[in-house]
Order: sequence, then structure tokens, then C-alpha cells
Amino acid sequence: MTKAFQKIYTEITAITKATCSLHASGIGNEELATVDGKLAQVVRIIGDEVTLQVFEGTEGIPTNAEVVFLGKAPSLKVSDQLAGRFFNALGFPIDGGPEIEGEEIEIGGPSVNPVRRKQPSELIATGIAGIDLNNTLVSGQKIPFFADPDQPYNQVMANVALRAQADKIILGGMGLTNDDYLYFKNVFSNAGVLDRIVSFVNTTENPPVERLLIPDMALTAAEYFAVQKNEKVLVLLTDMTLYADALAIVSNRMDQIPSKDSMPGSLYSDLAKIYEKAVQFPAGGSITIIAVTTLSGGDITHAIPDNTGYITEGQLFLRRDSDVGKVIIDPFRSLSRLKQLAQGKKTREDHPQVMNAAVRLFADASNARTKLENGFDLTNYDERCLKFAHDYSDKILAIDVNINTTEMLDTTWNLFHTYFKPEEVNIKQELVEKYWK
Amino acid sequence: MTTGKVKGIISNLVTVGVDGPVSQNEICYITIGKVRLMAEVLKVNRDNVFVQVFESTRGLRVGDTVEFTGHMLEVTLGPGMLSRNYDGLQNDLDKMEGVFLRRGESNFPLDEERLWDFKPLAKAGDKVEAASWLGEVEENFQPHRIMVPFVMEGTYTVKSVVAAGKYKIKDTIAVITDAEGIDHEINMIQKWPVKKAINVHVEKPRPFRLLETGVRIIDTANPIVEGGTGFIPGPFGTGKTVLQHAISKQADADIVIMAACGERANEVVEIFVEFPELVDPHTGRKLMERTIIIANTSNMPVAAREASVYTAMTIAEYYRAMGLKVLLMADSTSRWAQALREMSNRMEELPGQDAFPMDLSAIIGAFYSRAGFVYLKNGQTGSITFIGTVSPAGGNLKEPVTEGTKKAARCFYALEQSRADRKRYPAVNPIDSYSKYIEYPEFEEYIRTKIEGDWIGKVTRMKTILQRGKEVQEQINILGDDGVPVDYHVTFWKSEVIDFVILQQDAFDKIDAVCPLERQEYMLNLVMDICERQYHFDNFNDVMEYFKRLINVCRQMNYSEFKSEKFETYRKQIDDMLAETK
Repeated sequence: MTKAFQKIYTEITAITKATCSLHASGIGNEELATVDGKLAQVVRIIGDEVTLQVFEGTEGIPTNAEVVFLGKAPSLKVSDQLAGRFFNALGFPIDGGPEIEGEEIEIGGPSVNPVRRKQPSELIATGIAGIDLNNTLVSGQKIPFFADPDQPYNQVMANVALRAQADKIILGGMGLTNDDYLYFKNVFSNAGVLDRIVSFVNTTENPPVERLLIPDMALTAAEYFAVQKNEKVLVLLTDMTLYADALAIVSNRMDQIPSKDSMPGSLYSDLAKIYEKAVQFPAGGSITIIAVTTLSGGDITHAIPDNTGYITEGQLFLRRDSDVGKVIIDPFRSLSRLKQLAQGKKTREDHPQVMNAAVRLFADASNARTKLENGFDLTNYDERCLKFAHDYSDKILAIDVNINTTEMLDTTWNLFHTYFKPEEVNIKQELVEKYWK
Repeated sequence: MTTGKVKGIISNLVTVGVDGPVSQNEICYITIGKVRLMAEVLKVNRDNVFVQVFESTRGLRVGDTVEFTGHMLEVTLGPGMLSRNYDGLQNDLDKMEGVFLRRGESNFPLDEERLWDFKPLAKAGDKVEAASWLGEVEENFQPHRIMVPFVMEGTYTVKSVVAAGKYKIKDTIAVITDAEGIDHEINMIQKWPVKKAINVHVEKPRPFRLLETGVRIIDTANPIVEGGTGFIPGPFGTGKTVLQHAISKQADADIVIMAACGERANEVVEIFVEFPELVDPHTGRKLMERTIIIANTSNMPVAAREASVYTAMTIAEYYRAMGLKVLLMADSTSRWAQALREMSNRMEELPGQDAFPMDLSAIIGAFYSRAGFVYLKNGQTGSITFIGTVSPAGGNLKEPVTEGTKKAARCFYALEQSRADRKRYPAVNPIDSYSKYIEYPEFEEYIRTKIEGDWIGKVTRMKTILQRGKEVQEQINILGDDGVPVDYHVTFWKSEVIDFVILQQDAFDKIDAVCPLERQEYMLNLVMDICERQYHFDNFNDVMEYFKRLINVCRQMNYSEFKSEKFETYRKQIDDMLAETK
């Protein structure tokens, strides 16, 4: 990568676990460099002292290492050749294929002018009723799964990706286990959709700081397809918790004062810069982001899920329902903030009210269960709620459901009819008259 | 002017070596290639000036040149701001080209070519001072007063005012003479530094006039007033934004300014899409006509986020000085506080709680105090009602931003996770939330002119029933349904009637979304009539069954056009049901 006229520095003055510093001049902020052949980026300039963050880590770097500045920020070559390929965090192919030819674009580019955005409104049908009925997704939305590490979030996400009719699916894997990486690769190739997939993968075997480049790499590729090709692009980011951990490592090495949960004070802005790349462009292209934020013991007050929740347009929770023995999309804690843009507009008119009524009854069932556990007698209504909740979990909330939204609505009306009287359901009279059967 | 050279860069904090005087908070421009990046002085240490750059510093080098401007961050005030979408530094977003924001792009926030129908209000010989009204133009059907610039000190004599007619904003519309006989030409625009409050009023009394929002849980239970302050804290997913949008759509204000501060871009897009279509329930005109949006979404530069709330407040103060009723909404002030934290952190200041700057609470307090109801020098009134949302980390209301805001704001609308989980929207906790204004005798006096009878007494009794209902519910949870007297169930279900019929409101239903004061009065009377009756039931199942039916019919009323045939039919059903129990 060294060019003839580039000045080579060989005197490093300071080395930490993630950074090294040297005296150099004429260096631009955020510029790339190589240190002993390892890729690094300028993160601080004070007078002639330049601090570099070494993505692979600084193990084995000597103080007389060769440092070459590349005169550019991290970038990715984009073209249609990206499709079907697997890359590492630095944008180099890891599938044995040739280098990509195309326009070189700096990653982490500018934001979309908010007045140029279009309001997302196109329904993304996943067939999973816990999502489509209760937490309807639309293109241009950004939403994470909040899940404990043992939950099957990567499987659900792969399912969603395959069923959602996206033109391109871009996988950004951060700290993915090798097994999960192979899982994604297999699922996509078995489904015969590899030509629609672009993957940027950092596995647990790769250095953690490299992960910081993954989302920007994935989203730069996404912007290429969405802006220049007007395609509908779905970006999968898993696992954003590991991304945030890498941020914390770097900020710690830079002697920054940590805020809540040892996270950097800029965590909100750092995450927002990524998630806000989700957009519906006026020309028809869109970027939808589905991410995974792993929780520790379901704790959503931790800084990572907490900040994420304030940025994303809702969140999806997985939970094992012991009543039916299946993993369900938790109707209480899950939320899609953009659902009203599609519900009742792109789907049948009764959708919003049916959804709310069913969730309310499910809540009544959970109260009844508490009563039961505390040894109190159940009323007839309580018992009917419990039966309803069982069927509702099994036929609607379970992640193995795959039906269209009209079927979901009909199924739910059918459950209302089986267990309740119209006045117990609390739905607008007109709708009851039309659909109560 | 002072110039300088870049000496160091850490993210968007840049150290500059300077050759002359600079002042704190002065604006400067850093040239990088063909682009000029705006920055603000945060700290001066001998020859080293620390500036925060409002945009990305990627590619910036040591030695790049810096030019200082000699003034603080200013906004340009004049007719033509309504309906516009500005960024945090008052650049008109619609004037920017391309889909993506380009670094260093800026533009003039007003329209220099547009002709305005000017009517003089002052005449030659009048004594005037800063903020005196010289004339007015019509801006989106509202009077926009052309004032003596706020920066002008002392008294002046009007020498001349142009005749009524069409003028551009930069045309001279009046000449005023100062005490020394020097003439000053006045046009329709003026500038003001955003971090300084505009104080051109004679008196700032306690606010007392109800600001109707059409949201029952606010107007009925915890009213906000013209010139009042309130805040809405809530964990994510509890409906902060929906509630805030509802208030901004429905509030009885002349001007609504929405500062989208570090929040989701799609939420701003929702406003862009809806407001030009939706109708102001009070005037019948399009909502966008009275609205200004200051959008600094979460992916836009962090430093400009802090500026955005000040930009919004300054524009609000400008319209207040014209005698207008302004509603300012900021979503969310936590993001603003986080921007402060990021900078304080980079400047290596000693941190306060949760790494926020030590003076956070004072900064919040000073900002909220810029709102208020005022008497202007000409006897007119104006107001800025300010409602901010707070996004407490982890939903914990004991964090510094919430606590700092609680000290400053007079209304508290606590959004609650468990209410949101049960889909009881708006998820405002009816027991913890409060409005201090309801205790003001001035307010009570005012509300008597709007609603007959002892309204406040009724509201207080309603709250008592809610409180009692909650206590009884806890007892039922412990003792079981049949472990308590049937009466307890009646008490509980009365509180549920209030909850379902008054407190809950469907923001997505065309009719239920807006509840005018008259209708709120009617519904509270109805609900209190239900709650203040005696009922006799044999067992708790009957209680539940009866009240559920009652609630269902009441809700159908909420969904029906006020006093329509359908509405009256439901009312009749309720009366029949009430008669059953006699």
C-alpha cells in the first residue's frame, strides 16, 4: 500500500493496548495509516503529536515500527461486484474472491437532510404474527432485537431477512461466533439468495477494535445500493452490544471519563449515527436496519439497550412461553414505533384495534396467572382469559408462525369469538358488527 | 478581526493558536479546503483557544486557518420564519441541495426577495425603545410586528415610517433618531445572540391562563398555562413523542416551535408530512402555517444540538415580544444535556454526577426561566409556554437531567412503563404527575370564567378517587377478590372508570384525539356523576361486569362526535344503566 512519495515515520513515542503516538506533521484528522503493516486511524492530534488507534491491537508493535499515513479516511470500494461477497471489517474479501473494483467511498459519510427523507410506509411482511400483527415493520425503519445471548435471535433474524422482500441484504457481523457466521452463510446459500447478500464479518477470532468499522462498512454498501440503484436494502447488525463494548475499550484507552456502565459519554451519538442511516429515500430506495442488542439477564436499563431504545424505532423481545413451550415475540415489551404507518393503512382497517384488544386481554390473562400463583380463586372471566392466552401464544405470538396479516386478523377475531363477549373486547362497535364471527 | 491556526484536534474539540483578542462563546470559521466549518469558543487558556466545531472535523490538519467573527452565535429574526424547517444553527434545510447534508453548507434563513404588506403602527415623533412596534406585516394570517431592534439601547424618536405598501425585508421601513441626534435606519430584520435572553417586557407575573391542549389528562387533571413550563420524562416506548406531537398539534397557541433535539429523524419527517395537511383545531388553518421546526436530529452534528434549543428559544422570545402566544416544545432536553457532557468530557473538566458537567442543573434552570407570561411595554401580553421531554437513562427518574428539570419546571407529566405496557395511553402516571398551576388562586379565578361551578374541587375529588382506587387495588392483590368487601371492588372500578374514560385517550382516533374543554367538562361531569353514586351489588363479579359495560359505553362516547345522535344514544344507555342500580 506504500506509495513512493509517502513519508515514512519510524519513531513511535507512546504505545497503549489500542493506540500509539508519534511526532508527525501535515496529518489530517481521522486519516488512515499503517503501523507495522497494521491498519490504524488518527484519533487525536496535539501539535505535532499524532495518536493512532490501531484496529488490530498493538501487540508486538515496536517503537521503531514503520508508520505510513495514507492520506484518506477509511473507505470502501463500491460497485455491483459487492453482491454475494464476504468481507472483513477493513473491507478486504475473506471468501477467496478477487478485490472489488469500483468507486472508493469514505465510510461514515454525511447524514441525509431530514427534509429530503420520505416517511416510511411500506409494510415489511415477515409472516411472523408477533411482528406483523403487533409490531408491524416498515421499510426505512430501524429496530433491534433485545435478547439474552441464549435466545435464537440470529435464527429469527435470518428468517425475517429471507421473507422480507429486500433487493439486497447486508450482514454486519460483530463478534459473531464462527458457528453463527457459518449458520448465516448456510441459510443464505441454501435459500439460494447468496447473490443478494453482502457480508462484513468480524468474528470472535478477530480483534475487537476492528468491529468499530463494521456498521459503517455495511451501511456504506447499503447506501450505494439504496441511493445509486434505488434498491430496498435490509441491513442486519449483530451484535451491537459487542460494538458498544469495543467503543468502551477505545474510549478507556484514550483516558476519557466514562459515564453510565463504563460506557463513553458519546454512546448515544455513536449509536445514533449508525441507526439513523435507516431511511426511505424519495427515489424509492430504502435502508432498513434490523439489529441485535444482547442483554445481560434481560436488563434493559443498562446503558447499551437503554440508549439503543431511545434511538431505534421500537424493539423486539423474545421470550420462552412456558405455557405453550415455544419462543414468542413478547407482546408487552416489544414495540414498533412506526406500526401505525402501515397498520390499518396497508393492512385491513381493523388491525390497530384488534391488536390492542388482544394485547389487553393477554395482559388480563397474565394478571389471572398471578392470582392463580398466589392461590386465589379465578373468576370465569379469568379462566377464559387464560385459555385465550394459551391459544394466542400458540397461534399468533410464536416465532414459528408464518401466515399473512389478514389470516392473523381472522385468527384473532376467531379467538375473541371463542372466549369472549363483544363488550369484553372493547372494540369500536362498527368493527365488531363487521368482523365478529 | 482576530485570526488563528489549528494546533490540536480531538474529535470536534479543536485547539487554536490566535493572534489577537477573542471572547468567550465567539463564533469562528475554520477553513478546510474549500469548506468553512463553524465553531464556537468554549475555553481560553493563554494563547490556546478551545473551540467546538459544529460539524465533522475529518481531514482537518494542524496549521489550518481560523477566522474569528467578533460575535456570538446569532439568529436572524424577521418575517418569513413560520413554516420553515431549520437546522440547529438556523440554516433553512429546504434550501440545501441534494439528499445528503454537506459539511460547511449554510444559507440565509429568510427570503430576501419576498414582498411583505407593511402597515405602519408608529408615526413620526413617537418615542420608541428596543422592541417598540414600528409596523406590522401579515405572516401566515398572523400579525408580525416589525420592532425596534432589541440591541438598541435608550430611547429614540421616530423620524419617519414608510407608508403602507409592499416592502422586502431589507428595505428601510423607518428611521429613528437617538438622543444625540444620530439617525438609524431600521429594516424588517435584526440579529440576536441565542445564549442571551431577550428581556423587553415590563413585568413577568405568575402565569394563570389555561393553555388548552385537548389532552384530557393534561387539561383536566394537570393543566398547563400560557407561559407555563412543563416536562415529560419517560423511559423509551412510553409515548413521549406521541404525547408531545399531540400537544403541538392541538394546543391553543399562535405559534408553535418544535425543537427536535437529538431525536429520530423519522419523527421529524412525520411532522413534515402531517403538519402541512392537518388543520389547527382553533383557527381552521393548516398547522404548518403556525409552526417552525428546528431539526437537529440525532445523526446531525452533536455540538449544533446544544445550539438548537437556544435557537428555538430565541425565536420564541422574538414572537413573544410581538404579543403572541408561543408554545415551544423541545424533544429531548436529555440529548442536549448529553451534548454538554460530551464537550465537558473532551475539555477534561471535572465531572459531576453521571459524568455530566457540574453546572447542568443551573444551565437547565436558566433555560426554563426564559419561558413565561409577560406584559409588554405597550400593555399587551405575550407568552412562551415551554414543554421539554426528558429521556432518563434506564427510566430512572433520579438521574441528573430529570432532577435538574424537576427543580425548574412547574408541571410534571411522568410517563410510566407499566401503564404503557398495559396500553393505557397517554401513559401519564395520574398519581405522581402534577401541575403546580392548579394551586394558583389566579388560575382558579381564571378557570371560573371558563367553566361554571367548582371545577378545581371536582378535579381534586377525581384524584382522590384515583388514589383510593389504587390503594384498594393493592389490597385486593394481597387479599384476593373475595378477601375484601364488595364495596372495595366498587371503589376500584370507579377509579377504573376515571382511568378509562378521562385519563386514557386514543391519539390515533380522529375524534378522540382532540377533546375540547367543553367536552372535557361534560365528560368529567358524567364520570363524577357515575363515581359519586352509591351502588349495591351482591358479589364482585357483578361489580366488574357492570362497570365494564359502563366503561365500554363511555368509551364509545369518546369515539363519537360530540353531542351527535350516536353520542346521545350512548348517553341514554348510560343513564339507563345508572337507573338500573337505583
